Amino acid sequence: MKKVYLDNAATTKTAPEVVEDMKPYFLEKYGNASCLHKWGQEARDAVETSRELIANKINALSEEIIFTSGGSEANNLAIKGVAYQLKEKGNHIVVSEFEHPAVLNTCRALEKKGFEITYVAVDKQGFVNLEQLKNSITNKTVLVSIMHANNEIGTIQNLEEIGKICNENDVLFHSDCVQSLGKVGVDVKKFNLSLATFSAHKIHGPKGIGVLYVKKGVKLCKQIDGGPQEFNQRAGTENVSGIIGFARAIDIITEEDVRIMRKMRDYLVEELLKIDGTSLNGSKENRLCNNVSVAFQNVEGESILLSLDDKGIAVSTSSACTSSKLESSHVLKAIGLKPEDSHGTIRFTLSKYTTKEELDYVIESVGEIVKNLRRISP
Amino acid sequence: MSFQYSDEILRRFRNPKNAGEIKNPDGIGMVGNRSCGDVMHLYIKVENNKIVDAKFKTLGCAAAISFSDLLCDMVKNQNIEDALKLTKDDLVKKLGGVPAPKLHCSLLAVDALHKAIEDFKNKK
Repeated sequence: MKKVYLDNAATTKTAPEVVEDMKPYFLEKYGNASCLHKWGQEARDAVETSRELIANKINALSEEIIFTSGGSEANNLAIKGVAYQLKEKGNHIVVSEFEHPAVLNTCRALEKKGFEITYVAVDKQGFVNLEQLKNSITNKTVLVSIMHANNEIGTIQNLEEIGKICNENDVLFHSDCVQSLGKVGVDVKKFNLSLATFSAHKIHGPKGIGVLYVKKGVKLCKQIDGGPQEFNQRAGTENVSGIIGFARAIDIITEEDVRIMRKMRDYLVEELLKIDGTSLNGSKENRLCNNVSVAFQNVEGESILLSLDDKGIAVSTSSACTSSKLESSHVLKAIGLKPEDSHGTIRFTLSKYTTKEELDYVIESVGEIVKNLRRISP
Repeated sequence: MSFQYSDEILRRFRNPKNAGEIKNPDGIGMVGNRSCGDVMHLYIKVENNKIVDAKFKTLGCAAAISFSDLLCDMVKNQNIEDALKLTKDDLVKKLGGVPAPKLHCSLLAVDALHKAIEDFKNKK
């Protein structure tokens, strides 16, 4: 059976060259980077070289890169870290209503501890309402957190503009850049970012390794206590192989990959929209080069997903039915999608490994499946 | 996100034998609402107080489609009184259990059956 993986927003294949680079750090160079002996120093050197490489890619300094266990931990550290550090200054945080759960649920946890959160609306195209954002900031606001690219619909926010607003109002600015890294240029200086979250496994790196960029001078309340690792901001023995893998993954991304993905994305959108009763969710132009989120009317997303899985094709739904809750996706709700369209939404996310032949197979399969499901639909 | 369907649910979802319509049915049960989830139409043919055929059309998830298909099998050759005794638990058991968030789909099927029988009785 053919196998086509189009769920790259969930996670990606680890690139073979990444795995190769990581291998020695399991088998030979397994030292603890905090140790003084040669094993330790070898690991330390590798960690610092990787840190510098990653820092360069986002226009940061090495000492501004904190390794974490992944995107969720980085988001927790950024938001809780600022909230508790600056609680004497203020207790108010501004986020968008369609952030990733790692941000939203962190904020909800803070609400229970007495912090106040404003959830700024997004428009139909999937962009944060900047006027509302601006007006939400008060003298109690300590942090604004707005994701760079949305994980469900792929729309890209204007971080430069939001950075300006934060700068003018003298509040810290955090962005969850997990989906955008390697697909859209991330420049922490240009965007005036105080904090930014990154994850390796979305860019053909390994799982279990993330980065929080912390601008020099920004102080965080430590969330994981223990040793003094990561500039005393995050305890725990460094995940050396993971860090090596992250650096290699970010290093092998090319502009050509992005250009080809964008072309393939446009082809997939164009072909899928030829099916009756379909529409694209979110802006067509300002979206990630690998994201195609389509609403199929009069079909349930989960039924499409399972039927595609039977054909060896992996996609994702944003609909209620795959989650343990029955509510529609908060992202699709935020952009004002009707519940029935939300139920019929499928997210296809490409990678640099995706081929046109694979897309043709997917297009043909989707057409067939949607037709079959509609035939048994009232 | 973490649940798995039973093999029986997937088997019926992949090949719902009872999907379709009955021409000139003796009763139709229409339940559900697209904006909050699944929609099911059940068609029954009744002879001498016995359901002789049942078909469905369902817009919904794999569980909803499987429950619809199973319901048709379970009510065929039953007399009206016995069919009315069918509960959602009977359906769930037959499908080898169902993930908790999908339990409501079984209720949808039973509701459709009750509506179809009501429709049949009203038409008589």
